[in-house]
Amino acid sequence: MAWFKKARKPMGSATAEKPSRVPEGLWVKCPGCSQILYNKDLEKNLSVCPKCAHHFRISAAERLRVLLDDGHWTEHDPNLVSNDPLRFTDTKRYRDRLRAMEDSTGMKDAVVVAAGRLDGIDVVVAAMEYAFIGGSMGVVVGEKIARAVELALERRQPVIIVSCSGGARMMEGVLSLMQMAKISAALARLDRAGVPFISVLTDPTTGGVTASFAMLGDLNVAEPRALIGFAGPRVIEQTIRQKLPEGFQRSEFLLEHGMLDLVVDRRELKGTLARALRFMGSGAAAVEPPVAAAAVTLPADDAR
Amino acid sequence: MPADLLDFEEPIAPLLKEIDALEGQPRTPECQQALEGLSRRVEAARGEIYAKLTPWQRVMVARHNNRPTVLDYVARLFTEFTEISGDRRFADDHAIVAGFALYKGTPVMIVGHHKGGGGDTKQKVYRNFGYAKPEGYRKSLRAMKLAEKFRRPVIAFIDTPAAYPGVESEERGISEAIAYNLREMAALDAPIVVVVHGEGGSGGALGIAIGDRVLMHEFAIYSVIPPEGCAAILWRDANRKVEAAEALKLTAPDLLGFEVIDEIVPEPVGGAHTDHDRAAALLDGPLSRTLEEVSAMDGAVRLEARYRKFRAMGSVGIAEP
Repeated sequence: MAWFKKARKPMGSATAEKPSRVPEGLWVKCPGCSQILYNKDLEKNLSVCPKCAHHFRISAAERLRVLLDDGHWTEHDPNLVSNDPLRFTDTKRYRDRLRAMEDSTGMKDAVVVAAGRLDGIDVVVAAMEYAFIGGSMGVVVGEKIARAVELALERRQPVIIVSCSGGARMMEGVLSLMQMAKISAALARLDRAGVPFISVLTDPTTGGVTASFAMLGDLNVAEPRALIGFAGPRVIEQTIRQKLPEGFQRSEFLLEHGMLDLVVDRRELKGTLARALRFMGSGAAAVEPPVAAAAVTLPADDAR
Repeated sequence: MPADLLDFEEPIAPLLKEIDALEGQPRTPECQQALEGLSRRVEAARGEIYAKLTPWQRVMVARHNNRPTVLDYVARLFTEFTEISGDRRFADDHAIVAGFALYKGTPVMIVGHHKGGGGDTKQKVYRNFGYAKPEGYRKSLRAMKLAEKFRRPVIAFIDTPAAYPGVESEERGISEAIAYNLREMAALDAPIVVVVHGEGGSGGALGIAIGDRVLMHEFAIYSVIPPEGCAAILWRDANRKVEAAEALKLTAPDLLGFEVIDEIVPEPVGGAHTDHDRAAALLDGPLSRTLEEVSAMDGAVRLEARYRKFRAMGSVGIAEP
């Protein structure tokens, strides 16, 4: 068995500067502090370096395990697939790319929609998968997330969208762009209905994903040091013809500029989300409220 | 070759030169006749060329320096235009124009990108070449909320290469500004007609392009990414833009096929840049008809239809379990 194994290069994204998915070797070198870490320890630590708190990128399934109680959930719409509306071909046929992705990830597109419980609160979660064409948003991602939002609205359960995406998927052209409108329209209804939406931004969240649902949370919560932006750093460098300063477009930069509510360590994420959801009136029944307080809590309809 | 001819229009150049030469001469009947003959030949040659433009050629037409701007249409189709400024947060963005006017006697709100087309470099710099910053999107939404408050329809003119990809855009939340517009326009209780008349550049275009009807000019383009950018990423070579333009399916007929737009607005032979008056006249019919249609709808019905419209964009397949 190899002691070290290089991470495969994630494909198809301009924003992937360096892959930080946990490599599959027995030992892992942390890109943050160069510490050699035992892979099992790292996994137990939610793929956060115990030494320097570098957040390794995790898969959609791992994300759901981090957030949902007992690692248990019901998946929605797992079988939706792209029908290649543009019949797109660049150096490779898009259809072939999709098939290759399906083989390597076992997924049909770049998002998993799950219903489960977060600290006892019924929630709908959409977790994006970076390994699937850079987590890019085409029609399937747009449709699944829109359905997730509509499901949340119908059940009056909070929705959490965990972004991890280079943006809109070029191979589905303008239809990818329209997914931004589709999801935002669904979120408008959720907003008007007073159902909570928390956006969790992870490394990376850029382009059309940032410029639509990722910025529309009642709360926008990011993991530390995640790349978050509209234009990719290289595009901006070409525009201004200067090197960008260290830390530009990182979570902490966005927090400083008022675009995020919180930057939260992955190990604290679930607890933070649970507190936020309770503030928003979700799952009030899950925590036994003191009798006196119960009299002034929300109407029964909202207190599910 | 005259500066405003595109390279594929080269066959017209000698004819235009002859016209130029003749126009300098005294107007004898023979000269007049020759001029008319030449004009007809130019028209015919243009018609032939424009009947079979490739997608990349359409990109070049859509970006033509003399392409009519929002203000060119406003000057020809609207009266009493009063421009309003500022997002009340940070600044006024000149890359997006907003203001109210009368359209056939009815008050309307107009928002639209402006690339500084037709003007000199100073004009273009003033407009930031149509690259809007967060304050542009926020100004637009403020204008649209005014329209909602006073029960007036909104007409949005789309023509931008992209939202401004610079440091200050990121600092002031370009993503949030666009995202918020998408959400709020989806729920804005006022009729909205969108006219994609030039370059529909990705999120920068979409940020003011949610509406009940989306019209698109014959030679306009609308894309998730400019062909150059797409080529640089997928082909790793920006010079493959011609192929990328082909692959991206960004032309008006493509978009009508995808049902992303509702109707194609015809342009004068040879493109809107050759004749602004004619271009405006050709827009007038579809615009007034569409505006009337959506204005006649009940508010709740209109909002539901708008939701359904964007909700239906793009179909998916279902894999065998």
